[in-house]
Amino acid sequence: MAIRRRAPGELSRGQTILRGVVLGVGALVFLFPFYYMVIGSLQTNPDTSIGGIFPNPANITGENYVAINERINLMTGLVNSGIFAGAVVLGTVVFGMLTGYALAVLKWRGRGTVFALALLVQVVPFQLLMIPLYVMIARDYGLGDTHLGMILPYLINSTAVVIFRQYFLQIPKELFDAARIDGAGELRVLWQIAIPLVRPALVTVILLTFIGPWNEFLWPFLITKEASLQPLAVSLANYISTVAASTANPFGAMLAGAVVLAAPVVILFIFFQRFFISTDIGSGVKG
Amino acid sequence: MSSRTLGRSAGVTNPRGPAGGAGRKPPATQRVFGKNPLGALLSAPYLLFVALVFAYPLIFAVYMSLHDYFFSAPGATVDRPFVGIDNYVEALTDPEVLRSFLNVGVFLIINVPLTVVLSIVLATALNRVVHLRAFLRVSFYVPYVTASVAVVGVWLFMFSGGGLINTVLGPIAPDPSWLINPTLAMPTIALFVTWKQLGFFILLYLAALQNVPNELYESASTDGAGPVRSFFSVTVPGVRPATVLVLVLATITGANLFTEPYLLTGGGGPNGASTSPVFLMYQQGLQQGKPGFAAAIGVVLVIVVLIIALLQNRFAGGKEQ
Repeated sequence: MAIRRRAPGELSRGQTILRGVVLGVGALVFLFPFYYMVIGSLQTNPDTSIGGIFPNPANITGENYVAINERINLMTGLVNSGIFAGAVVLGTVVFGMLTGYALAVLKWRGRGTVFALALLVQVVPFQLLMIPLYVMIARDYGLGDTHLGMILPYLINSTAVVIFRQYFLQIPKELFDAARIDGAGELRVLWQIAIPLVRPALVTVILLTFIGPWNEFLWPFLITKEASLQPLAVSLANYISTVAASTANPFGAMLAGAVVLAAPVVILFIFFQRFFISTDIGSGVKG
Repeated sequence: MSSRTLGRSAGVTNPRGPAGGAGRKPPATQRVFGKNPLGALLSAPYLLFVALVFAYPLIFAVYMSLHDYFFSAPGATVDRPFVGIDNYVEALTDPEVLRSFLNVGVFLIINVPLTVVLSIVLATALNRVVHLRAFLRVSFYVPYVTASVAVVGVWLFMFSGGGLINTVLGPIAPDPSWLINPTLAMPTIALFVTWKQLGFFILLYLAALQNVPNELYESASTDGAGPVRSFFSVTVPGVRPATVLVLVLATITGANLFTEPYLLTGGGGPNGASTSPVFLMYQQGLQQGKPGFAAAIGVVLVIVVLIIALLQNRFAGGKEQ
């Protein structure tokens, strides 16, 4: 603190103000559409005047939420999105963690190749796989219009495999060796030593893998034609692209649906935002 | 004695004390899978997943693009003759396909530079902030974590003919309005995607900024460089690896464009001005039953993206050997 006056890159008063303005304008540009989404979803008549930015008690209603729920069953959509995202989280946490552990801690032939694959897979663009995956899953395996078909291509998130590996690498080797000398088998080392120590990674991975399928549109859109199986993102998109015109207040209903789709992820994110960076495992494990 | 045990048991599957048998040949599983065969077992589900969902479809895509592939009833054996590069010739001479590649080009020219400049500036500004840090981080990331479909709704509302943006602009509002204007449709989509994805790239830059050694800022400061000068001579070169990553990832995201033209401009309107290659793949491959043609578009698209990524790596990656 004593060197504060001469700290490198110290900004002058004007520059500090400029930085504040840049950050403030940035925050406004990012947040305003979300605010406007909520306001718009509560308007009886869409008010696009500048005054419409502010809540107007005479123009507030919950009708839009009822209207969108009549067109697309919000509850069914939320349940389907939950099944899709939940299964992907489960698959990633179980299989991704096992793979990450094997890559970081165990020595076996081929682990370099598997790690390279986990990195490579992340840059394979989905647009190339889309058509063959559709042919395989919907036509060959007959899994069109099933939850399984929706989940399968997303079951294990490769980014999560890499994150798990990174975290397991940070655990001092001595901890594992000590447990082995005490007679613990490899599975017990994994269960009782490794997993408890990577809990922070678990939160990051769950958040990361939940958001992907919850927001995903293209694949579930291709694979589900039946409304009762569609995640909310797909049914809302269908509403936007086809039937919106036939609703009394199309924008209001559309925005009400958007709020319902966005809210779970935004709330989760606000609560767990501090895990949305690579958190350090802490020095507590150093003996 | 104890140190010998430790050294030996460090990598062995299941040490059973010093009596574990010295000098015995390792079992067959260890000779095939290495010191710790459990590793191969634990990774098996993931390997199977990669083979089934990435490796096989990748090969299948190339196979399809070289055949007259069409859908048939399940179980029916049909002849899908090898047609060589016919699908590719058809794709590359189709004006609609060429238009879609041009559209993505326009998209990338606007989206990629804007993304790099805005995310590096905002990340640098955010990096040393003390007050309101959590609030600013959340507000910058929130569009990225929210579903496209949800935020598309509010952009449609704001950018519609009588929407808020045009109200604010008043007489200078474009006519026809943003998303139904052939010249402005694609730039509006590019702007939307920049806004939507920026948080992720700010996150990447923030991580990279932690790796720029503080001593560099100190010596720049000693040499009399102000904050602006040290931004250009220390920060920008310091985060160069991140810049390459941002360029490549933004290009891949842009080439994957589907949801936005599908919803914002009602499937690539007006008059194909915002059609994307992936949208055409959906339309041609699945709706009109020409998967071979669609797979060929996909292969071409990926090759073009790979070339762009290599060029970006070459020219932005620096001159280091």
